[in-house]
Amino acid sequence: MTRPVRLEGRVWVLERDGRLIDDIDTDMIYHNAHLAVTEASQMGQYALGNLKGFSDFASKASAGDLVLAGDNFGSGSSRQHAVDCFISLGILAIMARSFGAIYKRNAINSGLALVEVPGLPDGLIEHHETVALDLETGYLSVGSGEFHARPMSSVSRDIYLAGGLFEYARTREPRA
Amino acid sequence: MGRTMIEKMLGSHGGGDCGPGDIIWLEVDNRTARDFAGANVVANLEQYGGEKPIEDPGKTFFTFDCNVPANTIPYANNQHRIRMFARKHGLRVYDVDYGIGSHVLIEEKLAGPGSTTVGTDSHLNIMGAVGAFGQGMGDLDIAFTFKTGTTWFEVPPSVRIDLTGTPSSDEVEAKDLALLLLGRFRGHELLGRSVEIYGDWVERASLEDCITVASQATEMGAIIALFPPNASVLGHFGMSREEAVYADPDASYQATYEVGISELEPLVACPPGPTNVRPVSGFTEPVPVDSVFLGSCTNGTLQDMELAARLLEGRKVHPGVMLRVVPATRKVWGEMLRRGLLDIIFEAGGILSNPGCGGCAAGQIGMTGRGEVQISTSNRNFTGKQGDGDTYLAGVGTAVASAVLGRLASVHDLQAKGGRR
Repeated sequence: MTRPVRLEGRVWVLERDGRLIDDIDTDMIYHNAHLAVTEASQMGQYALGNLKGFSDFASKASAGDLVLAGDNFGSGSSRQHAVDCFISLGILAIMARSFGAIYKRNAINSGLALVEVPGLPDGLIEHHETVALDLETGYLSVGSGEFHARPMSSVSRDIYLAGGLFEYARTREPRA
Repeated sequence: MGRTMIEKMLGSHGGGDCGPGDIIWLEVDNRTARDFAGANVVANLEQYGGEKPIEDPGKTFFTFDCNVPANTIPYANNQHRIRMFARKHGLRVYDVDYGIGSHVLIEEKLAGPGSTTVGTDSHLNIMGAVGAFGQGMGDLDIAFTFKTGTTWFEVPPSVRIDLTGTPSSDEVEAKDLALLLLGRFRGHELLGRSVEIYGDWVERASLEDCITVASQATEMGAIIALFPPNASVLGHFGMSREEAVYADPDASYQATYEVGISELEPLVACPPGPTNVRPVSGFTEPVPVDSVFLGSCTNGTLQDMELAARLLEGRKVHPGVMLRVVPATRKVWGEMLRRGLLDIIFEAGGILSNPGCGGCAAGQIGMTGRGEVQISTSNRNFTGKQGDGDTYLAGVGTAVASAVLGRLASVHDLQAKGGRR
């Protein structure tokens, strides 16, 4: 499985009043009403369904899009659904100023690219603008400028490149 | 250089001489999954597990607590899929009658000081209450630990909080301290940190007090809030200090915060989230209350239920207010039965449910409707989490006082007004 390290796509900017939204929790990303779903392919339709202003995201997002949010994206519960719903829609990467700890692990383990953009100014990336992003160096370019995102950690890069935790472990961990 | 609590615990579980930022392969003592996400764990193991999907059946458990017994067909299907898998592989299921998995693990002394536990419950870092490592993880991670007994983990930076002073008000509870910390640090300052909590309060705290504070580490954004095991915690496990894990005196912390608690008073977290904290006394307009939820992994212990019953004895819930009570575990429920607490809560007009996660996960005992104001002793009031209504997080005393008076109120207000008898 080859995974791209250079991504380019249209960005959904999760903002309110011109500011990136902080603390988007897993119930806003994937509401607990749909937790009994076990098929990842069925999860996409609920993505951001409980985030005010973005409840039509699932019907309007296209495969190859990216998502951008503020601090502490994915705080709250441990549900993998909140990661898998984006994978199911074909979202390439989630960018945020910071992520909830469990969410970060879940995304890494599922092979969804997470990009930390601490200090990214509001407004640098406009809604539905196209960005180019290098996951290894963190270099991000956009119409109005550029930004240096945090490069992926080694473990997160290796798992991403392998396509997920179990795939990664097959190459690394003799017990798996 | 000395080491912090988490560095020692991770170090003795595969990390060796590890420090902040190191990626280790963590050896996991207890590998658990709930009815929530448990079926996804099973699905992952069926896909990736191969011939031997369980590394050690003696260390691997399912705990059903989200939707117990299942009140939707998909949950029922998921639970039964788990049971069939568990039977096939000889795994113990703490089934729908047991209560909240994290509390059962502590009650059954499976997760003692210094141990490591992972599971699909994002509040599994509650193990910090007993000076143990615990971490909620997604279903892929948990499936991986079921199969291998390990997973990767990045050693977090450690910070310490020194609590100074003693609350002068006797109506202050552990929950008020948790809310104080949430309001002070918000969700960001402790993000990704292991937090050690020290002070006179910690030395005197009951196991239940520690559970309440540790359970809110997730909402603080912290990896875990660790309490160095005190006499109460060691007593529960029948352990000596030598057997528990403490930080070295010269351990190094990324930051040390001093938090004064002598002025602490009853607090609430207002919508839209757990860090939006205000004192109960600070509202100029009364906040009419429609429903009250008492329970959850934060405030569902016997100590919480005893406090509730003491305040409700001889009083009645305000007309039109729903008081819903969900003990954390079957064991707590049994003690409430034997000690007459169920009777007191029933006579006061409360609705009592079987043990479990109550309103938190799948609305086992009801959700809120649009415009409804709920006072809840649980740990999350994110928009939409517990329904379309507005949820305020509070301690047991505030929740009960509000149920009796029909408006947001403290124990002090309750004692002043007496409530409806």
